Amino acid sequence: MRLTIPEEEIMSPGHLACQGCGATLAVRFVLKGLGRNTIMSIPACCCTVIDGPFPYTAYGVPIWHTAFETAASAASGIKAGLDVLGRKETTVLAWAGDGGTFDIGIQALSGAAERGDDMIYVCYDNEAYMNTGIQRSSATPYGAWTTTTPVKHPKNRPKKDIVAIMAAHRISYTATASIGYPEDLIKKVKKAKESEGTKFLHIIAPCPTGWRSRPDDTIKLAKLVVETNIFPLYEVENGEIWKLSKKSKGTPVIEYLKLQGRFRHLKEEDVQTIQMNVDKEYERLLKRCNESSNQ
Amino acid sequence: MMKVIMGNHALSYGAKLSRVQVIAAYPITPQTQVVELLSEMCANGELDAKFVKVESEHSAMAASIGASAVGARAFTATSAQGLALMHEMIHWAVGARTPIVLGNINRAMGPPWSIWTEQNDSLSERDTGIMQVYCESNQEVQDTVIQSFRVSEKLLLPCMVVLDAFYLSHTYEPVDIPEQSLVDEYLPAFNPPYRLDPDDPHTFGSLTDSKWYYELRYKIEVAMNKARDEWKKANEEFENLFDRGYGLVEDYKCEDADLILITSGTITGTARIAVDILREKGKKVGLLKIRVFRPFPIDEVRDVLGGAKKVACIDRNISFGHSGIFFAEVKSALYNNSNRPPIWGYIAGLGGRDVTPETVMEIVKRTEESDTPEELIWIGLKKG
Repeated sequence: MRLTIPEEEIMSPGHLACQGCGATLAVRFVLKGLGRNTIMSIPACCCTVIDGPFPYTAYGVPIWHTAFETAASAASGIKAGLDVLGRKETTVLAWAGDGGTFDIGIQALSGAAERGDDMIYVCYDNEAYMNTGIQRSSATPYGAWTTTTPVKHPKNRPKKDIVAIMAAHRISYTATASIGYPEDLIKKVKKAKESEGTKFLHIIAPCPTGWRSRPDDTIKLAKLVVETNIFPLYEVENGEIWKLSKKSKGTPVIEYLKLQGRFRHLKEEDVQTIQMNVDKEYERLLKRCNESSNQ
Repeated sequence: MMKVIMGNHALSYGAKLSRVQVIAAYPITPQTQVVELLSEMCANGELDAKFVKVESEHSAMAASIGASAVGARAFTATSAQGLALMHEMIHWAVGARTPIVLGNINRAMGPPWSIWTEQNDSLSERDTGIMQVYCESNQEVQDTVIQSFRVSEKLLLPCMVVLDAFYLSHTYEPVDIPEQSLVDEYLPAFNPPYRLDPDDPHTFGSLTDSKWYYELRYKIEVAMNKARDEWKKANEEFENLFDRGYGLVEDYKCEDADLILITSGTITGTARIAVDILREKGKKVGLLKIRVFRPFPIDEVRDVLGGAKKVACIDRNISFGHSGIFFAEVKSALYNNSNRPPIWGYIAGLGGRDVTPETVMEIVKRTEESDTPEELIWIGLKKG
């Protein structure tokens, strides 16, 4: 396969991320895909800190740090300002974690998507409030330990289906991506850049600190999460056309779970429940894909 | 051009004349006509601005800040619960030094639900660092929006233009709407020294430890302090161009007054009538209207009140557990002054309760008859 990743590094290496941080790779790849004519709106999240403390900055494009629930609304204002000033070529990138997207920022995100404000909204998902010290969010998967879902009471509800929520807004482009598949990720970033209105990318970004995994397993986990169908790669166009980006390998979920301390407490039957749920969700996704390809 | 318009539309005309470029707003009674007219102006091309119809006031302020950060002139308007929801982002607008102008229609906070006027909503934003100007007439509302953009953009501080629900927001008054060219002469295009620009990338608002945060707060105070002079200058030039003006404060018949009333907002017009009636009866009563509340006009308050024997402050607000808020502010301004007249503090008109000339005269009478100052007197409270 021909290497399609742009060589230019926009993000600089001097940043404050933990070892093996998936979110940092997500920033690096997305900026490679978008280029320098980009303005980023970042609410409270790990990437607030990763950028570096004042007066340092690592991302290489203009950064607007904003309040927790305002990644999308600040981006809407930035875009409106750019439009009225005639600077329409600049891409506005709202960049939030799962807490800032699934939970506290969902109202502003939904508002922007319903209005169709022209922006790419990326949710880099490390599946908990990692910046505050690993508290559960509505993106935390079933069965996972966090500091607010202790081993005796791990999370007992499934992860919120954010892509379906965003697709239901009938926005032009919604997709999932993994830092384990950078070429697919960058291709989707470019596709988002070429699409109209609000675009939503959901990027899985393993977090060794919060997942209790080895820093050198980050890429392995980012691939396994896809191969096990826990986080399948797919696209949704106009909320209607669902397309799988990668065929399933159907690797058993245990291969993914066993590398992470946050799942260490799970019993065999818990793993079976997770496998069952994953299979069911994947079937649901396939059904959506098949239905839309028959249209 | 003279036009009879409601207070809310005076805000809209002020924004239009200021050539705002981005409006982000959410509806709330009694503010809605402000943004209705602005959206009409945007739709029919009268105003070359983007109207972002956000899904909450919190987003309204966040979007206004974003727009301002790229160098667009931004305006929003709200009231009461909406302002409270914006609160976090008002802090943000100040810290980010984005000179947004925000129209706030004073409305009482729930519960119980009330849509009528009271100042607790805007005064709850006292310590955010947003400038606050309280208006008495529709003309003043329109003109204050224009002046606010000028002062705000000079200092990179946001400003709140405040008017009473219904008593001003829905009252129709003749307003002189000036020629656009004259306003353009007064208010140059917004050209901030720093902005989000991919050709010159900078990071704004990043994590800042105690080594720098303290100095950044100091700079906000320096700007606020300068604002006193900037408001005076902005007003002088406004007077030169438009033949009308407004100070940080306005004193009425205070030179020889034994007793001076303090008011803000629409109670001022009522108090002016009461002062005239009392003057006819030979009573030496004066009136000090506080227009600019932040920055607080300490020198002006000291100058005007210094010669009085008694001062009575009327507050359409309350800081529970303490007193009326203007009362507390005036008292603190006078404490280190050599001339320190005693002050009586009156609460009146909460939740839109009517304050009439009779109410004001009752306040004067009660102050005259009292020997020792009382700090928290509820006027017109029902018994039982």
